[in-house]
Amino acid sequence: MDLKGKWLQRSRWWLIFTVSALPVSLLVYSAVNQQLGADPAKEIVLELGTWAINFLWITLAITPVRKMFGWNWLAKYRRMMGLYSFVYAALHLLAFATFMVGWNWKILIIEITERPYAIVGFIALLLLLPLAVTSTKAMQRRLKKRWSTLHKLVYPIALLSLLHIIWQIRSDFSEALTYGLLLCFLLGYRFYQSRLKSASSVKRSAGGIKLKTQTN
Amino acid sequence: MLIKQRQQILSSEITSESVYKQRRVFMKSALGLAGAIASSNVAALTNYPQEDDSPKYPGPNWLQDKLQSSITPSGFQAKDKLTPYKDVISYNNFYEFGFDKSEPAKRAQKFITDPWKVEISGEVGKPGVYNLEDFVQPHTLEERIYRMRCVEGWSMVIPWVGIPLADVLKRFEPTSKAKYVEFTTLHDPKQMPQQNSLFGTLDWPYVEGLRMDEAMNPLAFLATGLYGQGLPPQNGAPLRLVVPWKYGFKNIKSIVKIRFTEHMPVNTWNKTAPREYGFYANVNPEVDHPRWSQATERRLPSSLFSPNRIETLPFYGYAEQVAHLYKGMDLTKWI
Repeated sequence: MDLKGKWLQRSRWWLIFTVSALPVSLLVYSAVNQQLGADPAKEIVLELGTWAINFLWITLAITPVRKMFGWNWLAKYRRMMGLYSFVYAALHLLAFATFMVGWNWKILIIEITERPYAIVGFIALLLLLPLAVTSTKAMQRRLKKRWSTLHKLVYPIALLSLLHIIWQIRSDFSEALTYGLLLCFLLGYRFYQSRLKSASSVKRSAGGIKLKTQTN
Repeated sequence: MLIKQRQQILSSEITSESVYKQRRVFMKSALGLAGAIASSNVAALTNYPQEDDSPKYPGPNWLQDKLQSSITPSGFQAKDKLTPYKDVISYNNFYEFGFDKSEPAKRAQKFITDPWKVEISGEVGKPGVYNLEDFVQPHTLEERIYRMRCVEGWSMVIPWVGIPLADVLKRFEPTSKAKYVEFTTLHDPKQMPQQNSLFGTLDWPYVEGLRMDEAMNPLAFLATGLYGQGLPPQNGAPLRLVVPWKYGFKNIKSIVKIRFTEHMPVNTWNKTAPREYGFYANVNPEVDHPRWSQATERRLPSSLFSPNRIETLPFYGYAEQVAHLYKGMDLTKWI
């Protein structure tokens, strides 16, 4: 790759990295300037959680978008998006425990165990942890085939995250519906692709048999 | 020689004794000297500092006039620290104007609350449609500082201005068949955009209800204002219910109908999710919402340095006044 291409790629990396950090930066700015209203704690927790899910959905969208539009450069950013999702989710829990519960362990345990949506959210974050830890290239090499098996955990994590939203609905279900439809599409695409793949491999093997009979 | 005579003081210029005495009383009460009104247990409406540049809601003229002679009865003032005015008027659950708590303050500003009519119907001697002014006029406005606990787990302390519900209801002479009172919010999708929403599970208009003895309890209150002024639209202008021993959603806003009934009304949240919200909705730390604990609450405004989390009291600390209403009832069943 020439020097110019390398520079372009590097600036694109920094751009995406910076833009992804904007939500949390804006949140810190608004909190410092007291623009978060009567309940800044909840505002922060909600915003961080929303972005954790946004980045998870973006991570899942990378492959379909890359294939549909032929934007192969996107593949490089799947790890970054996944890690951002983990960071926002971790900050989300940290903000909840700090700003809403004040690290009162008794209340924290009640809050997490008595709110079913909190339980599934907590499990989703726990499952994200091994994915974040094994996200490096070195780990990818070390785990070989097991790496992609392990990272299939992203699907149950996404479903748990959706459940986390659904179980919080009081009346308005527009947000849950939007995330749900998007996830249907993202998972549906994969299902469709794998069907295509297995169909074509069946065809190939069927063709093979045919060929065999012919030679006989 | 002309001797200039000292000008005579006209008798009309002399302050009469009665006026002089009135003035003394006025000054004493203005200074808050208890002795001046020792025989009475009422005081003038609290003056609130103009703390910020938040919008003000003086209310219609007749209300402004009435506010001048409002009183603050003793015994209805929570000792808790007041939630600042700006938070009370900017953090609201008023789904007709949006699901987000900041939306009502943004989207309800053009809501027309004057003129306003209230329809009285059902098991009652004097049914009819009344102008709000006539509805309120016979009563003295009172100020009451009540705590308010939302079923979602946050709470505020608000100085309401309004009239005791019992006094109002009695005026319309409920019959012996009137066992419950049903309240209905305005249904006007043109003004209340969320009543058109495709993504909500609530049926409009919003309906709430009280058992007759609950409605007649001295704590039950109809607010026409807060913080010494009119009621902001986002807080349920021009008329809203305040029943502080119950979860906030019982405090129905922008009331247009009051109906006396023999049978228990079906309140909106109970209709939407009967497993989660009952008819009574008394604040009860022992009975959790199916999806979260009700043992504690966060008193707003919350600060990032302290979550302001406090333990929730049964009947929200008003057990002395209302617990007897539910004697013999299983309150784990009658949520």
